[in-house]
Amino acid sequence: MDSAIKTEALTLSYGEHNIIDELDLAIPKGEITVFIGSNGCGKSTLLRSIARLLKPKSGSVLLNGEAIAKLPTKEVARKMSILPQSPAAPEGLTVMQLVKQGRYPYQSWLKQWSEEDEQKVEAALAATGLVELKDRPVDTLSGGQRQRAWIAMTLAQDTEFLLLDEPTTYLDMTHQIEILDLLFDLNEKENRTIIMVLHDLNLACRYAHHIVALKNKKVCAQGKPESIVNRSLVKEVFQMACEVTVDPLFGTPLCIPHGKGRYIVKESL
Amino acid sequence: MLLDKKTAAIFTGLLFLLIFTFLLSAGTGQLYISPLDVAKAILGFGSKLHTTVITSFRLPRIMVAMMVGMALAVAGGILQGIIRNPLASPDIIGLTSGASFAVVSFLALFSTENNALTVSISWLPIAAFAGAAITAFLVYFLAWKNGVSPVRLVLIGIGISALMQAGTTTMMILGPIYRASQANIWITGSVNGSKWTDASIVTPLVLVLMGIAFMLVRHLNVQELGEDIARGVGSKVQKQRLLLLLIATALTGSAVAFAGGIGFVGLMAPHIARRLVGSAFGALLPVAALIGAVLVIIADLAGRTLFDPLEIPAGVFTASIGAPYFIYLLYKTRNS
Amino acid sequence: MSDNNRLLVSAHKLDQDMVRGNAFMLLKTQFQKTVGLYLCLVLLLFLICASIVYGYTDTSWKVALEAFTDFNGSKEHLILQSVRLPRSLIAACIGASLAISGVLMQTLTKNPLASPEIFGINAGAGLAVVISVTIFSAGSTQAYTWVSFLGAAIAAIGVYIVGSFGREGLTPLKLTLAGSVVAVLFSSITQGFLVISETTLDQVLFWLAGSVQGRKLDTLTAVLPYLAVGWVISLLLASKLNLLSMGDDVAKGLGLKVGFIKLTAASCVILLAGGAVAIAGPVGFIGIVIPHITRAIIGIDHRWIIPYSAMLGGILLLAADILARYVIMPQEVPVGVMTAIIGTPFFIHIARKGFNAN
Repeated sequence: MDSAIKTEALTLSYGEHNIIDELDLAIPKGEITVFIGSNGCGKSTLLRSIARLLKPKSGSVLLNGEAIAKLPTKEVARKMSILPQSPAAPEGLTVMQLVKQGRYPYQSWLKQWSEEDEQKVEAALAATGLVELKDRPVDTLSGGQRQRAWIAMTLAQDTEFLLLDEPTTYLDMTHQIEILDLLFDLNEKENRTIIMVLHDLNLACRYAHHIVALKNKKVCAQGKPESIVNRSLVKEVFQMACEVTVDPLFGTPLCIPHGKGRYIVKESL
Repeated sequence: MLLDKKTAAIFTGLLFLLIFTFLLSAGTGQLYISPLDVAKAILGFGSKLHTTVITSFRLPRIMVAMMVGMALAVAGGILQGIIRNPLASPDIIGLTSGASFAVVSFLALFSTENNALTVSISWLPIAAFAGAAITAFLVYFLAWKNGVSPVRLVLIGIGISALMQAGTTTMMILGPIYRASQANIWITGSVNGSKWTDASIVTPLVLVLMGIAFMLVRHLNVQELGEDIARGVGSKVQKQRLLLLLIATALTGSAVAFAGGIGFVGLMAPHIARRLVGSAFGALLPVAALIGAVLVIIADLAGRTLFDPLEIPAGVFTASIGAPYFIYLLYKTRNS
Repeated sequence: MSDNNRLLVSAHKLDQDMVRGNAFMLLKTQFQKTVGLYLCLVLLLFLICASIVYGYTDTSWKVALEAFTDFNGSKEHLILQSVRLPRSLIAACIGASLAISGVLMQTLTKNPLASPEIFGINAGAGLAVVISVTIFSAGSTQAYTWVSFLGAAIAAIGVYIVGSFGREGLTPLKLTLAGSVVAVLFSSITQGFLVISETTLDQVLFWLAGSVQGRKLDTLTAVLPYLAVGWVISLLLASKLNLLSMGDDVAKGLGLKVGFIKLTAASCVILLAGGAVAIAGPVGFIGIVIPHITRAIIGIDHRWIIPYSAMLGGILLLAADILARYVIMPQEVPVGVMTAIIGTPFFIHIARKGFNAN
């Protein structure tokens, strides 16, 4: 398996309390990888650590074979972009101003704003369908548009790797699909490697090439959704009884939880 | 109200600490009296000398110190809840500086050439109270615009507070230096010279106000979550905000009137309490009140004994005692 | 930790309320902003000259010009050269420095109520001066300069260290809390000294009120390099502060060295506010109010906020200082008092108007 991001004996902690323990993980290149797990299992922590937002307690994250902590942070930013969970733009900031910030890693005292920067920003706005809205303040946009604006910023960063922490939280179903379709296209057309945390297991199965299920500070399973997602895995990871069937449209695994609810008995004709 | 075990333990611990400091302070001075004898004297079984020293000289000022500490701490806690900003305190919205301005003006305007006052000094607390109340009214009035938002309240408070301080500085510089140093002691905050008449006014006042504050506590919990949520759960936001603000003003006003501008307590006692028992105001306000009382009593004790025969205002010591402890708390919770 | 977060979120929310409140923005286009900046510069220069001309010893613009082009040694010329000129330049520099350091503090703490005072600058300087007067009988305004600079720096470094306890380093909430607690601690010790020693009180009362009067040009030239370094670094930091205001995570993700930038910004605050207090004593109000007024005029881009707030800070302090000479002539009101009297109505107006836009 071709891989450009790896973790070696990665241990993460908040204070005394370990969140991830001695983790060895390889992220497949050119694919969409999704971290799943129950609340508080450390999937966001792991993503933040891969993006160097959180220093590991021990172990390391490797980007193309080099320890990420030793690379200049701007160089990392030209290879990997991260969209944190529910980011907040200062109010009054326009979409254009926000997306332009994505070019920060390419600027220096010698190299100010260039033609290339302009093109990348235009391209990012076009890819996210925000050209019309570029002069609107971000805080006046709807939830879906706002999230697209942030994704546009990470696109303007023009990186091989794109990391997103729960990019669909607080969005309605239409906008969730809209965002995930956008990311799917980016992977398909531009061959970008996408790593994200998703809450919705079914959407994860539909969009991910590779799923990493976290449990008890460890990876409890990883691989193609169709080969690893089954009743026992869901039971183990989410402590939830369910049936796993096949999505009638996409053929990907579809998880239907047990539990309570209205029950309509199909009348046989 | 649910109180978990840890909160109850901390509350009880602080209560004992308060009683201990109370007895210690009552026993310490030019004549040392052991805590046991102090307790006896207070309950009416002590020797005549002990009883006189304690009940007529020391008790009134300790009572005032205790009430002032409680009042300021609770007022600070309330304001932090309404304004939702860790920097909120009775000082920041101008209550203390309004009272200070009133007092300094009082001293400057009613002084004769040879430093005598033309009116009775007992008007001073009333001037202070009026200063705080007028400032609160002014801030509230200027901040009103289809209701009062916390941000506008605090910004206008800062503005008015700056004006009041400017006025205070001017009065101090224009007036005679003797008055300036007297005013300076007052601004720093001191319970020196408190008598039973003071104690008998401030004690019921503060107790009643605190009682009301504790009853309003659930509104405060809701207010801290923000305007939308508060309104969503059916809280009459504006009315309660006014009521809470009134209580905070009255508490600050009574404290300032009897002890001057004792700093630190209103700002930091709620933060210390927050770090000990968490954010729910049901536990936070009483704990903050105890911390405030302990702080001011110890500060007063330090002020009258450490540099004897010099008498240092308690306001100098509140921060000196409280600040290191707060920094320790910051340091201790560094990993959680 | 959850308690911390709760307050932090509250503070952050307040910040956002603030900015939204001020989003009515007077000057919108690049062109308007550029023209506005030049107008401010002209006004600043005009006030520098006016500050030289007007005062107790009344002169004319013509005499003032002659004092510098054709010095004749008269008392009038001497006053203009050695009293008015330094005073005017000092007011401009101090106003600008305090305003910039206020912007930096509000961005660092993400708290719209923050000012250089939160960093313990004034409290540290005040304590240092009072100690030097009480214990070492330091007498002159000159002697206060380095003492107060040192005090300010020590206090600010202390605050920075206490605020950085823990693994996530300097967070807005910890900085705010540590700063306010250290500031209260120092100022209460200062009060203690003042209460014990009446002579000290007499000597430093005017210093404690803050003033640009009676300082020599030497004082300014001695401290100016520090201020100038602070100005330049703040301007260079501007675009990075824009990133910082989008949150630590986003900024780090874009390759910003967040810790280093915070440290640099904090050092600038020490240079600027420390330098200012060294020259003029604690002049309050400008550091907290000018950033708000500036944002109301030109919005949220720090590349504009920093130069604009520098101009406006200088303008406010100069105007206040000129008026301070006339209010109770022949005596003077401390300039800190005047800034509050001029600035407050303006500030209240903005606070009210800003929220009208909602």
